[in-house]
Amino acid sequence: MAASKPVISGIGQSAVGRRLGRSGLDLTVEAVKDALQHSGLSIKDIDGVACWPGRAAASPGFSPVSIPELHDAMGMDLNWYSGGGEGPGQLSSVINAAAAVTTGLADHVICFRTVTESSARTDLRSSGPLTDWMQWLLPFHAYSAANWTALYAQRYFHEFGATRESLGALAVHSRNNAALNPKAIYRDPLTLDDYLSSRMISSPLCLYDCDVPADGSTVVIVSRRECTSGLRREPIQIEATGCRLEKRHSWDQAPDLTTMSMSSAAKSMWSRTGLTPNDVDFAELYDGFSIITLFWLEAFGFCGRGEAADFVMDNSNIALNGKLPLNTHGGQLSAGRTHGLGFVHEACAQIWREAGRRQIQGPCNIAAVGVGGGTVAAAMILRGGNPIR
Amino acid sequence: MRVKMNDSSNRMLPQLDDTNRFFWQSGKDGKLRLLRCECCAHYVHPPAPVCSNCLSTQLSPQIVSGKGRVASFTVNHHPWNPAVETPYVIALVELDEQENLRLTTNLVDCDPESVRIGDRVSVRFTQCGDIYLPLFALADTD
Repeated sequence: MAASKPVISGIGQSAVGRRLGRSGLDLTVEAVKDALQHSGLSIKDIDGVACWPGRAAASPGFSPVSIPELHDAMGMDLNWYSGGGEGPGQLSSVINAAAAVTTGLADHVICFRTVTESSARTDLRSSGPLTDWMQWLLPFHAYSAANWTALYAQRYFHEFGATRESLGALAVHSRNNAALNPKAIYRDPLTLDDYLSSRMISSPLCLYDCDVPADGSTVVIVSRRECTSGLRREPIQIEATGCRLEKRHSWDQAPDLTTMSMSSAAKSMWSRTGLTPNDVDFAELYDGFSIITLFWLEAFGFCGRGEAADFVMDNSNIALNGKLPLNTHGGQLSAGRTHGLGFVHEACAQIWREAGRRQIQGPCNIAAVGVGGGTVAAAMILRGGNPIR
Repeated sequence: MRVKMNDSSNRMLPQLDDTNRFFWQSGKDGKLRLLRCECCAHYVHPPAPVCSNCLSTQLSPQIVSGKGRVASFTVNHHPWNPAVETPYVIALVELDEQENLRLTTNLVDCDPESVRIGDRVSVRFTQCGDIYLPLFALADTD
């Protein structure tokens, strides 16, 4: 008999905000405790930990906590653990954990993503000579992913006739959802005029196209289904994942400048499930920059190539009561850059109908979660409602 | 006084090694060079010890035309580096020699608001010590 598909048995999150003045480990412990409470598991039940990208000492605030540090602080005993940066982005931890519980390496795996990017300050010029891929970008004052992503956005606008109004529609939509989310960082109303008159960062991306750096930690517990009886909630099945890597692993050599790595990730994910885009009830799609969400909509096949701009400008598509409710917590654009796992957290909260005032009132059993952009991306379908029985 | 795009100062620079040295020093004679496979003639960029097209390890730097077109661009306004005058143009230049063979670069001596995808451009170098960064200018301004 084939092994059951892996499941998510609980979620947790620390305080999320600007300059909280707390250590990464402190925030992570809060998120782990929240997830244990949420699931009904105890720390003794946890026998695995996964994270991406592992502790990143060279990038202050980007990933301040290591697995060994968390393990030691919380007195864990682990059968399996894995952390590191050379995976398909922020969902690497969840995908690795899913593989671990499926192959019997662990029963309950804490996946965490902690950021203190709001508190951290990086001085670009304090670093030494450039090595690796950064040497091809930074000598040309292209310091930020905002620049690298803007090059894709400009090309997308050029090929498909999209305009800033489409990105603005997504920014306004996300802010509307954030207004219903008490943990969102920016909750005040945002209008399209506010968006269009905001300062340009790197054309065509303006201030409101960029997500908001945050301090916070998010935890997802991935479990072996056979180990979840008696827990607080019906577990959510990880129906399928995809993280195929093809073409060039490069910001500037990728053959198509109007898609990113998510196109191959989503394609491989769909090959692993009988579900189709029409079966999906809602979507939580990465928005480190607004244009990336448009790329995800097309990668998943929720609209055709070049159609995502029109798709997001029609609110009946993406509103909470729309055909495909999108980034229901406000996304990273308004809720804060919890960096990937925040989308998984929100998808689970919606499926469990624990999303408070922003709860989707229509069907919300099957979620598409797409996380990453640029060179790294992974796609996932989450399915509630006890699908295997 | 903040520096302009055609100025060589205040740029972060690559660490030279045996793989990349030919590229970053190529502009010393005003020529742009890229690594090319001696077996299948594929250009390999960034430089690598093997051809990604045919897996040959026989590769050598070859002079290229230094001409291409703007595949995309962005006008950067944010003062990431306060020493650098904004706005400035970051571009992806696709070289004439091969489809999707691109350099991330700056377009210099141009009105940032006048740049368009598809514009013809040609290389010019800015010297930073022993490193020559390939920048580009609109071809009709040569």
